[in-house]
Amino acid sequence: MHEYSIVGALIERIEQLARERRAKAVHGILVSIGELSGVEPDLLVTAYETFRERTICEGAKLTILPVVARWDCPECGQAIARGAVLECPRCGRPARLAAGDEIVLERIEMEVA
Amino acid sequence: MCGTCGCGDPELVPVDVHDRILAGNDRTAAHNREHFQKWSVVAVNLMGSPGAGKTAMLEATARHLPRGVRLGALAGDLETHRDAERLERAGIPTVPITTGSACHLDAELVHRALHDFPWQDLDYLFIENVGNLVCPAIYDLGQAANVVALSVTEGEDKPLKYPVMFRKADLVLLTKIDLLPHLPDIRVEAIRDALRRVNPAPALMPVSARTGEGLAEWLAWLETRRASRRTPAEAVSVS
Repeated sequence: MHEYSIVGALIERIEQLARERRAKAVHGILVSIGELSGVEPDLLVTAYETFRERTICEGAKLTILPVVARWDCPECGQAIARGAVLECPRCGRPARLAAGDEIVLERIEMEVA
Repeated sequence: MCGTCGCGDPELVPVDVHDRILAGNDRTAAHNREHFQKWSVVAVNLMGSPGAGKTAMLEATARHLPRGVRLGALAGDLETHRDAERLERAGIPTVPITTGSACHLDAELVHRALHDFPWQDLDYLFIENVGNLVCPAIYDLGQAANVVALSVTEGEDKPLKYPVMFRKADLVLLTKIDLLPHLPDIRVEAIRDALRRVNPAPALMPVSARTGEGLAEWLAWLETRRASRRTPAEAVSVS
């Protein structure tokens, strides 16, 4: 359950940003989680509910933006079908992961005095 | 607060961050990587299920490598120092990392373990991760390569079931192939096909730590990694 350590890192980062801006509270957090990131959104929410108590995130709603995995050809841009062998069907090059490995803090909404 | 104009209401400020949540781990990993490169140590992050044969592979590596090649290891486990003790007996100086309940190693655990260890003199540092096909894949440790041990008894579809781990593998060691005659339902070609659907640069190497089959290829792979590392002097001359 690495989701706990991810939430730990997330809250630490938010506390640092809140300190820098002298925020009194954090109201909302937007995080994007890729399908191939290895992070389970549901488990992340559970971990967050446990960890946010008595932190600056206590009253902050966590919104998760799921990102679908998308492979394509780095050369010709051809999309690779889900479940297919990861090489370009046109030019044979190894595919590139265009989206889907995100574990990203996108935005937070803070309350300032 | 007044209901007419909102005076006295708190001001809500959106702040765009767009940064990896594990940026702190990434920074420590980059620091580790810099150290490894500076001292020309090839760091290999060895991952795989519990029982996939990670420790046995390292024991066999120590047996088969030519004398004079210097190996060291960090061995991560939830409890006990058993793996570290096995590696020590095989002649590989090892620092155990007991993670307690954590299911993976992170860059900070690796960094701390290195403080107690003369790793600068090594040719190879094997970081034997916690046995787990999920969590270790997420954390960069500063390694030069990810190697995943997958034993033939784990089934043909493991890469499809654990795409996060197998996507990150620079090499998959298909271990315990001496058991294949007893496993009529396991086809190496099916495992290879599954890997090609989750990893764009798939490399599958069948090996047996018991019989030594495939070890020559594994040692050659390691040697290629060692040859491609830059010595400090070369690093200066090309920059």
